[in-house]
Amino acid sequence: MNRIKQLFERKKERVLSIYFTAGYPELDSALDIAEALEKAGANFIEIGFPYSDPLADGPVIQNSSLVALNNGMTLEILFKQLKDLRNRVSIPLLLMGYFNPVLQYGVENFCKACADIGVDGVIIPDLPMYEYEEMYKDCFLKNNISNILLVTPQTSDERIRKIDELSNGFIYLLSSSSTTGKNLTVSAETDAYFSRIQNMHLKNPTMIGFGISDRTSFDKASQFTSGAIVGSAFVKFLDTPNALENFPGFIKSIRA
Amino acid sequence: MNYHVNEKGYFGDFGGAYTPEMLYPNIENLRKQYLDIIYEPKFQEEFHQLLKDYVGRPSPLFLAERLSAKYGTTIYLKREDLNHTGAHKINNTVGQILLASRLGKKRIIAETGAGQHGVATATVCALKGLECIVYMGEVDIKRQAPNVARMKMMGAKVIPATSGSKTLKDATNEAMRDWINNPVDTHYIIGSVVGPHPYPDMVARFQSVISEETKKQLKEKTGIETPDYVLACVGGGSNAMGIFYHFLDDEDVKLIAIEAAGKGVYSGKSAATTFLGKEGVLHGSKSILMQTEDGQVIEPYSISAGLDYPGIGPQHAHLFKVNRAKYVSITDDEAIQAGKLCAELEGIIPAIETAHALAYLEEMTFAGNKTVVICLSGRGDKDLNTYMNYFDL
Repeated sequence: MNRIKQLFERKKERVLSIYFTAGYPELDSALDIAEALEKAGANFIEIGFPYSDPLADGPVIQNSSLVALNNGMTLEILFKQLKDLRNRVSIPLLLMGYFNPVLQYGVENFCKACADIGVDGVIIPDLPMYEYEEMYKDCFLKNNISNILLVTPQTSDERIRKIDELSNGFIYLLSSSSTTGKNLTVSAETDAYFSRIQNMHLKNPTMIGFGISDRTSFDKASQFTSGAIVGSAFVKFLDTPNALENFPGFIKSIRA
Repeated sequence: MNYHVNEKGYFGDFGGAYTPEMLYPNIENLRKQYLDIIYEPKFQEEFHQLLKDYVGRPSPLFLAERLSAKYGTTIYLKREDLNHTGAHKINNTVGQILLASRLGKKRIIAETGAGQHGVATATVCALKGLECIVYMGEVDIKRQAPNVARMKMMGAKVIPATSGSKTLKDATNEAMRDWINNPVDTHYIIGSVVGPHPYPDMVARFQSVISEETKKQLKEKTGIETPDYVLACVGGGSNAMGIFYHFLDDEDVKLIAIEAAGKGVYSGKSAATTFLGKEGVLHGSKSILMQTEDGQVIEPYSISAGLDYPGIGPQHAHLFKVNRAKYVSITDDEAIQAGKLCAELEGIIPAIETAHALAYLEEMTFAGNKTVVICLSGRGDKDLNTYMNYFDL
């Protein structure tokens, strides 16, 4: 069984996932960061593969993507770097990025490479549900790769049901309709949105991402879902001195 | 052969709506409603009234006698340069501002390269009293200062795009990010036949007034409503789509799209997408895209800011793939020389974008007297500095 499913069967609340960009700050940082994150207590990891035009991202991840590309990161290099992944990291791992690099690598080759390495799922924000279902779903399923789909406050119930049907892993709830790296603003509206989803009793677990940067936002998200995903705040943290040794402190600052 | 969009938003293999979920409700809403809204009789009446009284349409179809004599054939210029704001861009912004009003949107965003689409958007926002935010690459803001001033004078806010190459592609990214963050009250007026479905089809329909008029005007002047050749420059491809539109199904009409080869197609400084690109996804649609082997978008180059885009609209990608239109390219130097020639022979200073289309006449040979229509998409006032520097005027 896929590691993502195992995780959510074992742990139903306060799941913490961390995102970072492959190739940032150094070309070959990814595996060291992933390993240290597992030791520090992260429950799963999302590794971003960079794209020149990351239109769902705010300034922090735009910058990490640009640095990574300047460092020479490509999907091919990332797959090589991750060859030993499963000797060093045992928690679920997802790749996250935009569709064009995947299309150039070949969707079939991409899914196979993920399966060979032990990548459990992918998040491709600009691969919409229709195109996924029509053209690529079989390829993902055949390789046992979970394709994680997004839901926003504007997504209709009907569409959420359809997303739930197509998902195998978890559903990624955006805290608001926004690019990455903004802070979650807690309001009656966001509570109503989170409750609406909670009350739909979806078959897949849900995680909240975008705008989760500290203990307050993590706790808020955990009230309604299985947990939350931290991205920009962690990428920023990677810039601090001796970041790699201080991951446990970072994790604690998010989840007490 | 079908050259139009299917119900899934594809032109053959190209198109679709590759947008993040955050944009889905807006795009879906547009997709469901755009045809009903724009073909509603009251909309059509208002649209055509504005095109007539505000834009100054129909734009003339001008028999360019001295150019015709030089090239030994009959050349007509479709004078989009005479439109209010000086280019074809306003045909689309008039349509989209009426659409935005009907969708109940209060805030308009747009991207712009040379500033022509930004100006055309600021213009219609002033006309309708809507808030206007234009994203423009930091580099373009510097090289197109007069257009920035025009937008500001009409009350628009111009926000510099500081990421990537700081040009059109990055301005488009910023506009999309704005829309993601403001999904409810905002309409995004895309300026070319690019972006997620239904934009390529919708913008083409608004621009199709160019070929609709051309047909009528040719009939009046020559008795025959179809020319032998239609030429237009292509960046994203909106003026080309506009002048091709009503000729697409008449296979006898040869359609020629002229891309910017910059300093030479293979010089590394070029925007000749069909020569250098392959299938890819950018800004919400699958098309032909200049990119690295790893799928990173390559920064294009052209002396004309309006052609400085790494892709072409998905309908163009389809016309290219099925050979309905011929895609060729013209260098900076060839374009600038053709711009000067047009000024000297016809007393019309064309935009450098348009000059690319004129330059292709040099490469053509005509068996007998043929009828050639060129879309004179914009006037050259904005490019005077470039012409001055080049010719030391």
